[in-house]
Amino acid sequence: MSNIFTKRLTKELRDLQANPPAGIVVDKADDDLKSWKVVIRGAEGTLYDGETFKLQFKFSNNYPLESPEVIFLDNIPIHPHIYSNGHICLSILYDQWSPALTISSVCLSIQSMLSSAVKKERPPDNAMYILTAKKSPKATTWAFHDDKV
Amino acid sequence: MSAMDYDDDYMDDDDVDEYDSDTGMDVDDDGEDDYGAGDGFAPVVADRDVKKPYEVDFKVHSTDEIVAFQTKEVAHVAGILGCLPEHAATLLRTFKWNKERLIERYMEDPEGESEKAGVVMDAQKQAKFAIVKGFECPICCNDDADMETLALHCEHRFCRDCYAHYLNEKVAEQGESRRIQCMSAGCKVVVDEITVEKVVAPEILAKYRSLLLRTYVDDSVHLKWCPAPDCVYAIECHIASNQLLEVVPTVRCKCGHQFCFGCGLPDHQPCICVLVRFWLKKCADDSETANWISANTKECMKCMSTIEKNGGCNHMTCKKCKHEFCWVCLGPWSDHGTAWYNCNRFDEKASIDARDTQAKSRQALERYLHYYNRYANHEQSAKLSSELLEKTAIKMEALQSTSTLSWIEVQFLRKACDVLLESRMTLKWTYSFAYFLSRDNMTALFEDNQRDLEMAVENLNELLERPIPGVDVASTAATTITPQQQPSHHHVNNGAGTPTSMSKEPSATSLPPLTPSHSTPSVLVEDSIRDLRQQVLDKMGYVKTRREVLLSDTTQGLREHRWGMNVDMKTGILFD
Repeated sequence: MSNIFTKRLTKELRDLQANPPAGIVVDKADDDLKSWKVVIRGAEGTLYDGETFKLQFKFSNNYPLESPEVIFLDNIPIHPHIYSNGHICLSILYDQWSPALTISSVCLSIQSMLSSAVKKERPPDNAMYILTAKKSPKATTWAFHDDKV
Repeated sequence: MSAMDYDDDYMDDDDVDEYDSDTGMDVDDDGEDDYGAGDGFAPVVADRDVKKPYEVDFKVHSTDEIVAFQTKEVAHVAGILGCLPEHAATLLRTFKWNKERLIERYMEDPEGESEKAGVVMDAQKQAKFAIVKGFECPICCNDDADMETLALHCEHRFCRDCYAHYLNEKVAEQGESRRIQCMSAGCKVVVDEITVEKVVAPEILAKYRSLLLRTYVDDSVHLKWCPAPDCVYAIECHIASNQLLEVVPTVRCKCGHQFCFGCGLPDHQPCICVLVRFWLKKCADDSETANWISANTKECMKCMSTIEKNGGCNHMTCKKCKHEFCWVCLGPWSDHGTAWYNCNRFDEKASIDARDTQAKSRQALERYLHYYNRYANHEQSAKLSSELLEKTAIKMEALQSTSTLSWIEVQFLRKACDVLLESRMTLKWTYSFAYFLSRDNMTALFEDNQRDLEMAVENLNELLERPIPGVDVASTAATTITPQQQPSHHHVNNGAGTPTSMSKEPSATSLPPLTPSHSTPSVLVEDSIRDLRQQVLDKMGYVKTRREVLLSDTTQGLREHRWGMNVDMKTGILFD
């Protein structure tokens, strides 16, 4: 398994550095490739235009069969699907994960999720959630009900 | 016995209704015809002549029978649709084994339904391994020239190794089977059985097959796995969910485990599933803590903080808001002046209201505790059953060695213990049932039945605990075995005797034929034992009758909607 893990992440890193999608930059990838920091920029003409956010990716040895753990760090965007502890409510990060998804496609999904927001606000249950949530968002049982934003 | 006759008639009618309503479920009806044909599906309850109102029909199936039944269904559908059995199986699983609906839908739109189920009928389009030049697997990024790749009809191509890892993970780790999808994000195409077969190792395939098999029972509303640990049997029972309000469908698996088909919990007759759920929730959650609070505390009239008075005078000062009030009448302290001991504000509306609420919740608490204590008491007694069984086993041993009674003749004690336990379980649940009954004449009848059963049970229990005159249990069980009894030991003791007696046998052969202490009073002892046997049998019979009466009448009452309930059946909230 770890063979796939290394090969795949090395290639993803190479691709992202050689040929990065608009507004997505790999800030730092650990030598063992297990933890990455990726900076994404809010798309032009959206509520987050010009803002930059830092995402942390953590990969288990089972990647890409198992989804990475993805959270926002430091400056956490105010968005109805992003909790103030950095956890993101996005189905492809949890039960809709597919091994064919990549870091690049995850970043693009998050960028597009930011772009489609119409109002900067926290999720309605934010206060409750951050009190009870575990450190890793993968320990939460997510219910996905809003396909629009 | 006109009442009983009426019971039977009523049941007969009801049976007819049940079968009528079931004819829509063809899958199982077919099955029943087959069982009749004598292919091993023997009815378990054949030894009961007349079904009692509280009993339901059920059958126990082994895994092999389930497999055979499934295979037959698949072959049947494959014949009608003209496709491979594997495809028919996938379609049937998608339609939760509803054959009619599948055939109807399939006839309308064969391609659409196959696609939805992830079935590829065309053998040409069936996924097969291919070596594609210049292909790089999007998952492992491998691009070896001789790498085998695989794509389902959605054309999402991945390498063989990634497919194998993926399917291993899904089957072995996540226990999925019939809904494993293509690895591509968002692709809904199901990985079919033939493809899984090609890719995975034999042990994973075996697991996959057994998971698929389980879905048959899981999908069917008339089948349930026996919840006992490691039990391999499934139970078939035709009970509609709305019937659960009228009867507790207790079934007994071949492994001996007795459980409710409706909710899977151990037998809880006569209390219906929904009430059991409310009751267990009530016992488990801390709603009684809340009840205690309202029964033993008062609220500050100003800030509503909860206060328990544990000493001191009646001049209360709320720690939170500094409101001063009188504990007795809850009115503000300022009104009391210095002559407050006469507390002339007794009639003030606010204080009456406060008192009323408190009295009410105190009463509710007492009521709950009344039922709970009795419920818990029977549960506790049942837990001590292993002790009673042990004691009884020793007693049975002693009886055999003291009298001329044979192994089979002392089995009445064992049987009596079983009846006792069964009735204790019933009694336990009568208290949870009674908790939800509103007070009326019908409830009085129920309580009469409950009382009769309880008295009978206690009498029987006392009799079983009583030492048998002339039989020294301690010494007999430990050492003395007369040689006359030994042959019978050898033949019939399988499993029932205590291990001590077995291990003592070699040394026992050296004992004299009959010890003098046994010879003279043995006639008297035997008389008293026969006397006891008669008593136990009588009392046991009575307990059984009382239990039957109670269960029959309760079920009958549920059918006739005779019981007034003081609970909202949807929310479980008690009415005032």
